[in-house]
Formats: sequence, structure tokens, C-alpha cells
Amino acid sequence: MRQRAALYAAVAAGGFRRYATYGTATAAGVFTNTVFGFILAYTYIALWDERPGLGGYDQAQALTFVWVSQSLLAAGSLIGGGFQEEMQERIRTGDIAVDLYRPADLQAWWLAADLGRAGFQLLGRGVVPLLAGALAFPLALPVDPVRWLLFLVSVVLALVVGFAVRYLVGLSAFWLMDGTGVNMMAVVVTIFFSGMLLPLTVFPGGFGEFVRTLPWAAMLQVPLDVLLGKNAGAGGAAGALGFQACWALVLLGLGRLVQSAATRKVVVQGG
Amino acid sequence: MGGGEVLISLDGVEKVFDVRRRVSLMRREKRQVRAVDGISFEVARGEMVGYIGPNGAGKSTTIKMLTGILTPSGGRLRVAGIDPARERMRLAHRIGVVFGQRTTLWWDLPLKDSYGLMRRMYRIPAERFARNMERCVEQLDLAELLDVPVRQLSLGQRMRGDIAAALLHDPDVLYLDEPTIGLDVVSKAKVRGFLRQLNGELGTTVLLTTHDLQDIEQLCERVMVIDHGRLMYDGPLRGLHTAGGVAESERTLVVDLERELPAISVPGARVVKVEGPRQWLAFPAGASAAPLVAAVAADYPLVDLSVREPDIEDVIARMYAGRG
Amino acid sequence: MAEAVAEAGAGVAPGAPEVPGVPGAPEVPERSRALEGVRGYGLIVAMWIRSTMTYRTSFFLATFGNATVQLLDFVAIYIMFSHVEALGGFSLPEIALLYGSCSASLGLADLLLGNTDRIGVRVRDGSLDTMLVRPVPLLAQVAADRFALRRLGRIVQGLGVLGWAVWALDVAWTPGKVLLVPVMILAGAAIFAAVMLAGAAFQFVAGDAAEVQNSFTYGGNTMLQYPPTVFGKDLLRGVTFIVPLAFVNWLPALHVLGRPDPLGLPGWVGYLSPLVAFVAFLPASLAWRAGVRSYRSTGS
Repeated sequence: MRQRAALYAAVAAGGFRRYATYGTATAAGVFTNTVFGFILAYTYIALWDERPGLGGYDQAQALTFVWVSQSLLAAGSLIGGGFQEEMQERIRTGDIAVDLYRPADLQAWWLAADLGRAGFQLLGRGVVPLLAGALAFPLALPVDPVRWLLFLVSVVLALVVGFAVRYLVGLSAFWLMDGTGVNMMAVVVTIFFSGMLLPLTVFPGGFGEFVRTLPWAAMLQVPLDVLLGKNAGAGGAAGALGFQACWALVLLGLGRLVQSAATRKVVVQGG
Repeated sequence: MGGGEVLISLDGVEKVFDVRRRVSLMRREKRQVRAVDGISFEVARGEMVGYIGPNGAGKSTTIKMLTGILTPSGGRLRVAGIDPARERMRLAHRIGVVFGQRTTLWWDLPLKDSYGLMRRMYRIPAERFARNMERCVEQLDLAELLDVPVRQLSLGQRMRGDIAAALLHDPDVLYLDEPTIGLDVVSKAKVRGFLRQLNGELGTTVLLTTHDLQDIEQLCERVMVIDHGRLMYDGPLRGLHTAGGVAESERTLVVDLERELPAISVPGARVVKVEGPRQWLAFPAGASAAPLVAAVAADYPLVDLSVREPDIEDVIARMYAGRG
Repeated sequence: MAEAVAEAGAGVAPGAPEVPGVPGAPEVPERSRALEGVRGYGLIVAMWIRSTMTYRTSFFLATFGNATVQLLDFVAIYIMFSHVEALGGFSLPEIALLYGSCSASLGLADLLLGNTDRIGVRVRDGSLDTMLVRPVPLLAQVAADRFALRRLGRIVQGLGVLGWAVWALDVAWTPGKVLLVPVMILAGAAIFAAVMLAGAAFQFVAGDAAEVQNSFTYGGNTMLQYPPTVFGKDLLRGVTFIVPLAFVNWLPALHVLGRPDPLGLPGWVGYLSPLVAFVAFLPASLAWRAGVRSYRSTGS
């Protein structure tokens, strides 16, 4: 058991280091996140000038939403990137057979590697845009350390939910020769339903209520609401984290089912 | 070295790179590396020349200058009368290039789609294209592979596909950069046989870099050795052995024993290295491995074995050692 | 258009000795490099389209996805307008005009030379070398490689929104304004293309920095979807006079809508987009040529 934990820790550390070597790429990503942050911040200012209190946020909270979103976006692979394309390539080339015979669980292996990557991108691509945003605009960042702690837990859960969905996307390569279409659809759906384009609390009526129950809400909207203190009291925060944990379990379980179906397929076809 | 028309000529060709290295967090050091340091040679039409040397000796840089990819820093260079750096597109019609490490084919497309695109790109007349395709498909055994996307081909299949692609437009010169790297014995033999035929029948000039001494032994009458950007040797392969004071090249038998044992003692071979249960035995390249294997198997608990072909770097290393 | 500029300056050495009577020497017609580029581009693109069509399902999914990602973008704006009457003083049809035109422009530029942003990868994996030994200008090969027809999705969707905007807008159409709409889309595409070309050239220097380019193309596109009145004056000056993204659609659209420019530029400036596009190509193509030259002298 402890050996297992050590193995996955090593895999995660590998994922972290691998991305840490791309210095220029990280700098370029930070630049891009910051540019997008500025553009969105200006449009949100215009929107919240017209309708103060829209979606339950004041203007400072809306701006916080923008900048924290930009900081989380690379870590959560919300606009593409991440392990799934590499996994699809391994499936297509047949290298996945090697992975399947490794004395480690395929899903746990990729999860560890992806969390390692996300850990780096949280630091490497998250901190600077948020600082830039905080310097240029009045943000509503909490001072309560407990809130930050809850936020951190919520971010980890968000990363796991994001992973679980992308794992399913990756597995689709067992059945589809060309993953371009599926990958693109996955990104589209994530961009829209995570709240990256517009906070989900701004979505109108029943449609808004519906999208707030989907797994994509757990990837961005929920952590941000936890940070902004939208779920008042301990119960509220627990509810939010429980919502994320439920989706994480359901989707990871679904991933295992699909994985075993895929493995059977590999065995039957002989690779 | 062939009295025919000169097809490739280099006169004092140099290539100097600026290498920036981070010496500390703040400071970067700029240093000049002379990858190719004043090389001169000529290759006549119809020659098949081996261009060898250790990694980083300047082989690839030379090939890149000869194909117009890189601009030389100095000296004069002509291929088929063309200055490659200035007229790389005109040169492209006269040369074929095969990189052993990467394909010039389109990764996602069936082989025949790649060839069709080549035909149009190079404006190959339909009749000539058909003739060349027929020859390549037959001699390189490509018939079964034409509909397969390149990424699904094995390394050997891909290499054959790449060689065909480089020849469809009837180039005067064929450059091969490590054409047999990573190939199995059968594929190697196929590729070598084809190159011999190509050079013999069509008189295509071939310049090849390789790590595999057998490529040179079986294909090239002339060898050029480059090291530290300079031409160290230019002449027949036999002369290379003499120059290095090496009577004959050696092959290596690598045996895995059941357990660690003292150095094996069998006639016709000597142990050059022992590492745990694994031992390396050198024997003359010309000798057969079979009696040796039988002798080892008879007296020792054998688990696994493999034969390594003589490496060009060994030969060159010994050549320097011989010079002392 | 970009490929016309490609490597034009690399030139063909005059008076290079011809080798007479060489068997198998191809007849290379003396054509301009630009024409060769266009021809090579066409050949490669045609092959990719054929190849795309072998995975038809995936192609339709991807095209649909491509259109949908943009449509969802617009749905977000639509949702905003379910809460407000105007944004930065602009009505929904007015914003739809901005949105549709810059989407179509970016889509067109992305379709025609979208893969130039892979140049950093090509340098790293050495596939640029394989392109340099082919008888087709480099830019044509780079731009056409993996030509993705699915990007039509964005263009179609942009034009759809634009069509709705033109129908919904209350504008006194003059011949000049009518003409300005298609000119705006084409000139906008050319400006985006110039930005992409400059971005590709930048990758010869900083190979991993592909994403910087996205700030100007996709980031620029996001910005141009909203009215200029939303943004700070400094930002507006930057995108008018330095990276001339304002000429993609803001300035022409402001003229069509009869609105003043926040920076106080006169209305006729809206007609300058084609000229600006042409001027933007000069530094971009110089940068590209410098990038290729530096690659061919350093190999990295």
C-alpha cells in the first residue's frame, strides 16, 4: 500500500517536473492568460456597470471571478491540453498495451501524472496572472485562511473531476480513429458549462439551474463560489465540496467501466 | 576516385554556430562551435560514398549544407552546379534525401497519397512516374504497403517507403542519413540490395552517413571520415583499416549467463567486458558465430545471447588509437 | 496572399550554371516564386482535403464543433443581453455586427494559414528540414500542412451572425457602407494573417512561445467582439497604432454604424483597413524571412 502511494507520488512528481522544464511556454501562457484576463475584465466591468449585482456578484467579485478563472484554466486543462491527447496517441500506436501490463493501475497512473502537471501549472501559470489582476483591478479576495483552505480542497476536487472527464475522452480513441472531433467537442462543452465564458449564476432561469448541476460546474464555478464565500456557513461549503466529490466518484467509476471494456477489446483484437 | 564528371564539390566549407550556454542564473556565455571546419572533397557522378564519424563530428551539418537546409559560413559548395543555399528549390529537383530518424512522408496519409503529392510537387511526367513507381514497388517490396498510412508502418517499411519517395523524380544525387538505423537484419539486407542495384543500374550517386560498418563494407568503395569538423580520411575502406592499424573489424557476442561467472574461455574469441552475469566476447567479423555459440553453450549455463555487428565508432576509435 | 510574400526575397541567383544534357533533369519552368508557392499550397491543401474526407464522421463532428464553440461564444453574449439593454452603449445587433465580422475574418485567416503556429514544433522535431528539401516555398508548405477544412465552421457561423446583424440593424445603407462589409471581412482576415505570420516568425526565436500568438489572434478576436467603448484608451491606442487589430472590424464597423471612434479618429479611417493590412504584411513578411534565414544559418 505504501509502495503504491510512493509510486504514484513519483509519477506525479514526474508530471510536475516535465512541465517545469518548459520555461518559455509557461511564460507565453502566463502572458496569454493575462491578456485574456484584461479583455474579459473590461467587458465584465461594462456588464456589471449596467447591472450591478448580476448573478449575485458585485463588480469586485465579478472581476475576481475573471482573474481566478484565468489562473485555474491551465491547471484544469479547461481549454484543451493535458494528458488525453497523449493517451489517445498511445492507444492509436498500440503503446497502450505496454501501459496495461505495467504493475500499476492505468487510471491512477494517468491521474497522478495529470495532478502533477496541474500542480505545476497552478503555480507556474496561476500566480502571475492573479497578481497582475489584483494590481490592475480591485478584487474581492478573501482574508480568511479557512476560506483559502476550502478553496484549495475545492480546486483539487475540480482537477479530479476534470481529469475524470478527460479520461473518458482519452478512452474514446479505442473506438475512434481520429480524436480531433471528440476533443474539440469536449473543449467546447467545458468552456461553456464550466463558467469560463460567463459565470453559471448569470445563466437564466431553469437552464441556469440545470447547468449548475452538471459535472463541468464542479470544474470552475464551484471552486470560485467557495472562494467568494457564496456558500454561506460550514454546511454550504460542505455541500459544494460534496457535490464535487460525488461527480468525481461517479466519473472515475464510469472511467473504470469504460476502461475495462476497452481492455477487453484490446485483448480480443490482440492489440 | 572516379574520373567522371564532378557532381558534388566542397572547397574549404565551414559552418560555425554560436552556442549560448547558461553559465549561471543571470549570465549567459556565447561560444563559437566550428561544426564543420574547412572541408574539401569532390564526388564524381556514379560514386557511392560513405561519410562516417562519431556523433557530433559534423556529418549531419555537412549533409544539411549539401541539401540546402543550412547556409555555410564559409567556403565554396556546389551540387550539380547549383549553390544549395541560394537555390534550394532548384536543387530540390536534383537531389533525393532520406533521413533515417524521421520521415519525409506525410505521417497521416497512405503511402500512395504521399507519392501522388510528390509527383505533382516535382512535376514528374506521368510515364516516368509510373516507371519509377513500378521499379520501387517491385524492388522495395511496397505493393502491400501503398494503402497503409505512414504512421502504421514499421520502421523498416517506412524506410523503404522513404527511399522510394526520394527517388521518384530521378535525382542525380541521393543523400542517406543513417538509412539502416533501427532496422532488422532482413530490412537492412533489402535496403542495401536496393541501393547497390540503384547505383549499379542507374548510376545514381549516393552519399550516405551511417554507424553500421556493414553498410560501408557492402556498399561503398570510398569512405570519408570526419571528426571535429575536419576530414580525417578519404579513401578506400581497406585503407581505413590500415590507417587505423586494425587488421580486421570484430563482431561482439553478448551472452547472458545464469549467474555471475569468471570470464568465459573459448577458442576464437576473447572476453572484452564482464558485467554481472553478462559477458562480451569479441571475435573476427569474418568468422562465423555458430561454432562460437555452440562452444559457449556446451560449457556454460546460457540464458540468452545476441551478436552485435562491428560499430563504425569502434573502428574509428581504434584508428585514432593506432595513430597514437 | 501570404504565400505570395513567402521567401520572395530569397531570390533565384541569376546566371547560375545550367548542367546540360543531364539525364532525368526535370524541366523547371521559370516561374515566380509566388506562383510556385500558390501552386504548392494548392497541391498540399487538396491532398489534405481528400484525406480529411476519409474520416467523414470525425470531419463533420469537428466542423460542427468548430461552429458550435463560436456559437456558444455568442450565446454567452446573448445571455448577457438577457440582463442588459446595451453593453458599452451598443445594442445586441450592433455587437452582433462586430462579433460576426471578426469571427469570419479570424476563421478565414485560420483556415488559410492556421498551422503556421506549429512552426516551433517543426523546428524541434526536425520536420522543417524535410520541408526545406522539397521544391516548394517553405511558407506554402507550413501554411498548408494539415490543412483543416473543419475551420470552415467558424467562418460559416461568423457569417451567420453577421447576416442576422445586417438584417436586424437599423442602418441607412449607402453603397460605400454596403461595400465596406465584405472589404472589412477580407481586410480583417489579412490583418489576422499578418499577425499569424509575425507570430510564426517569432517562434524561430522563441520556439515554445506559440501561445503568445494566441493572445493576439484569439485574444484579439475576443476583444473585437465587444465594442471599443468598453476598453481603456491605452488599450485602444495600442491596438490602433501598434498591432492594428482595430482595423479588423472596429473602425469599419463604427463607420457603418455611424458611431464616433473613442479615440476621435475621423469616420473615413474605416476605409483604410485594406491599406493597413497591406502595410502590416511588410514587417510580418520581413520577420518571417529573417526567421527562416536565422534557422538556415543556425539550424535551431
